[in-house]
Amino acid sequence: MPSQRPPDQAPAGGAPLIEGDVLERVLSAALVPGAEMAEVFCEDRQTSGVVLDDGRIEELSSGRERGAGIRVVVGETTGFAHTADLSERGLLEAVEAAASVAREGGARVRVAPLEARRAASHRSDVLPSDVAKPVKLELLTRADDAARSTGAAVSQVQAAYGDSRRRILVARSDGVHAEDDQVRTRFNVVCVAAGDTGMQTGYESVARTVGFEVFEESDVAELARVAAARALSKLSARPAPSGELPVVLAGGSGGILFHEACGHGLEADHIVKDASVYVGRVGEMVASPLVTLVDDGTVAGEWGNFAIDDEGRPAGRNVLIDHGVLTDYLWDWLRARKEGRASSGNGRRQSYQHLPMVRMTNTFLLAGEEDPDEIVAQTPHGVYVAKLGGGQVNTATGDFVFGTTEAYLIEGGRITEPLRDANLIGNGPEVLRRIDAVGTDFAMTPGTCGKDGQSVPVGCGQATLRVTGVTVGGTAA
Amino acid sequence: MSELLSLAESVVDRAAPGESVEVYVARGHETEIRAFDGGIESLASATSAGIGIRVLLEGGGEGAAGRAGGPAGGAAQVGNRVGFAWAGSLDPEVVEATLADARDNAAYATPDPAAVLAVPDGVPPAHLDLWDPSLAATPTQAKVELALALERQVRSADPRIRQVDSADYGDAGTEVAIASTTGVRATTRRTSVYVSVSAIAGEGTDTQTGSGFSVGRTIGDLDPDRAAADAVERAVRMLGAGKARSGRTTVVFDPRVVSTILSVVSSAFSGEAVVKGRSWCAGRVGELVAAPGIDLVDDPTDPRAYGAATVDAEGLACRRNVLVADGVLQGFLFDTVSARRAGKAATGSAVRGGFSGTPGAGCRALLLQPGTKGPAEILAEVGDGLYVQSVTGVHSGVNPVSGDFSVGAEGLVIRGGALAEPVREVTVASTLQRMLASVLHVGSDVEWLPGIAAGQTLAVADLQLSGT
Repeated sequence: MPSQRPPDQAPAGGAPLIEGDVLERVLSAALVPGAEMAEVFCEDRQTSGVVLDDGRIEELSSGRERGAGIRVVVGETTGFAHTADLSERGLLEAVEAAASVAREGGARVRVAPLEARRAASHRSDVLPSDVAKPVKLELLTRADDAARSTGAAVSQVQAAYGDSRRRILVARSDGVHAEDDQVRTRFNVVCVAAGDTGMQTGYESVARTVGFEVFEESDVAELARVAAARALSKLSARPAPSGELPVVLAGGSGGILFHEACGHGLEADHIVKDASVYVGRVGEMVASPLVTLVDDGTVAGEWGNFAIDDEGRPAGRNVLIDHGVLTDYLWDWLRARKEGRASSGNGRRQSYQHLPMVRMTNTFLLAGEEDPDEIVAQTPHGVYVAKLGGGQVNTATGDFVFGTTEAYLIEGGRITEPLRDANLIGNGPEVLRRIDAVGTDFAMTPGTCGKDGQSVPVGCGQATLRVTGVTVGGTAA
Repeated sequence: MSELLSLAESVVDRAAPGESVEVYVARGHETEIRAFDGGIESLASATSAGIGIRVLLEGGGEGAAGRAGGPAGGAAQVGNRVGFAWAGSLDPEVVEATLADARDNAAYATPDPAAVLAVPDGVPPAHLDLWDPSLAATPTQAKVELALALERQVRSADPRIRQVDSADYGDAGTEVAIASTTGVRATTRRTSVYVSVSAIAGEGTDTQTGSGFSVGRTIGDLDPDRAAADAVERAVRMLGAGKARSGRTTVVFDPRVVSTILSVVSSAFSGEAVVKGRSWCAGRVGELVAAPGIDLVDDPTDPRAYGAATVDAEGLACRRNVLVADGVLQGFLFDTVSARRAGKAATGSAVRGGFSGTPGAGCRALLLQPGTKGPAEILAEVGDGLYVQSVTGVHSGVNPVSGDFSVGAEGLVIRGGALAEPVREVTVASTLQRMLASVLHVGSDVEWLPGIAAGQTLAVADLQLSGT
């Protein structure tokens, strides 16, 4: 494990993105009569990536984006504008556009004094930008070699490395003035295997909110072999079954079940619009007593980790479901203010060009007490999901799907034949009640969550668990 | 426009001997308005610009080149090495740094004989009017009113509509210039406008949802009444929905769903997927890949298409490409690199994700040639089956490489040739290959939907329905 810098240490980012006196003048201008809150969100993001495909280092890329989003809230209306021009003049022009929604006649609110807090979730021992390019290339060629040597049927390999450094600054008229420096590193491999039955794919990834030291813990060759084996095993896979069956999800298989079955439905923007099956159910049993669900942006190094959210609020640990009882929702500033409460640190945005909204961070089910092998052994017939792909939910109805990318039949309490990819479908509250076993083998996996056109990095976690019945959408009758 | 091209050319002019350079410059303006509960929830308005630069270093590698530590050392290989960099700014110093980054990145890529820039091929771009100059001048208040009116209309349409969780208006104008050392000089610009609305219907404890939208290039193209009616009908007719029994069935897909499915199918026609062994269509030109009678064309020069374009992402003229004729595979879509690798000519089919992406081959305006029957006739012919009005989990349950297809579905039972009771929380599954071969009817009701494919009612035999 990398050593962590103390949280009070300033990031190695150098000068502030915007000077404090400029921020105060910009906020004063933005806080037009009638405005309740004005905010400057400034971001400087640098990315680099390398893609190996078809045996070639095909593309090295680097990118830079820098700008500010200005938000002005007047009553129930939010005005927003963004600019890539961080000069005082550029910022004031964006203020003009964002504040144009303000209605005349309100009382003027004063800008609270700004007290800078450089939170610095910067836990990167080795900044990726300090790593020579050939070192990154070597990861890719090693993964390519490892994948191709896994089996002769591996017909194509794509490996991708990427890193990003995102410095953000949030300054608000209510006195919040915070900065963060977020470094993320990821690596993924997609393999194609070809056989008599056609082609199959296998995917595996590592993604952490740390620097290049991630590769001290994660072996890219092993990652590539897992992806290759996943594709190879599906060449002999039979069609997934069709209909309602017991399903065992492996520890760390994705955790996307909870992300979709209830995570999105507990986001306060859906709640305040009465667009979630979980509206008005705090204090009720909404899940099996085995379910304790937490959203926690403070878990160091996880993909959904940060020091402050994109509204300047420190990341929080929030228990959403406690032994089956719904305890709280996830909040950003805008929705929390309506309820007269504080944000839970879940206001996030894809970039300075986007408005923040309620988002998950690292969402996970706490581990249980059962032996994972026993959970399988006590399942006479069903489906074992070793790896999940993505999913989707309709928060208003609670219906959700999630896809498998590695799954097997369970017959007589044993894992037997591999199955082709399929979606599973269920209804959130129903599926949560049907969880009858949770194991001890907790693990997290990284993912990208899309909502209303914005993507943010999130983590999902769970131990092995069983759902007594969920509809498996295969083609085998 | 001309200043964007001048900027692109000024960067191209800085190419060093032995370098090829391609510059893609984009600038856009967009407005997004969301109405909720009779008021404006948010109004966003912004201008952005950026640049993407590809540098190709000619000849095999020296020094850093090639697969670091790999079996094929750099010096023995021939071809160009490609580097890419982008920035969300057109400031001169940022552009300069971006060029330097692209150049540095190129030094480390594997030399590749197929890595070349597009060369103008003499095909003239179609004359298309994709730009509405009046959009930028339209007062914001008029746009706000469209969103508010849409929300009011849906709320008042039916007593069972208990919430409109969003009613949106949006527009965007994008201008692009592309220049290269290989002689490309291209500009293109387009505007797009949309309204969309999402409705929640309730009756007792039952809750269902429906959405509607309308897109165009000018505000005058929009049909908010249709968007509102769609959202209301789709939500209300789902009230009382239950699961269905598992079994094999004929499925009639709604035009929107067909557009989505075609978008996934389209990756099999990408020349890039073909040359990299990721297309199940590879090596099958001249063979039946769909039911006889099926014609599939990608034609960005058709002005009705949402993805209509004059030039592709490398600056070559977009053109009409026939992919499937009478069920027989005719060919693939190529950008310059995949064409070179396949020994073919580029088909003007380069696509990229804006200035921060590099070109690949893909569709812009897929159209399944319409049949003669409307939706009602198709339902009557099918007799019994499932009508699917929307699908979920397309990204998680449809594998474009293997063709495995499994999606969450909601819709209505088809009984006696007409729509009957609603169904939810089921999946429908097959493979893309089997579905194309099992098309029973292609509707006449073509809708030019947002995205890369049009849609119409489509009946497909023999899918597996999973429910109870």
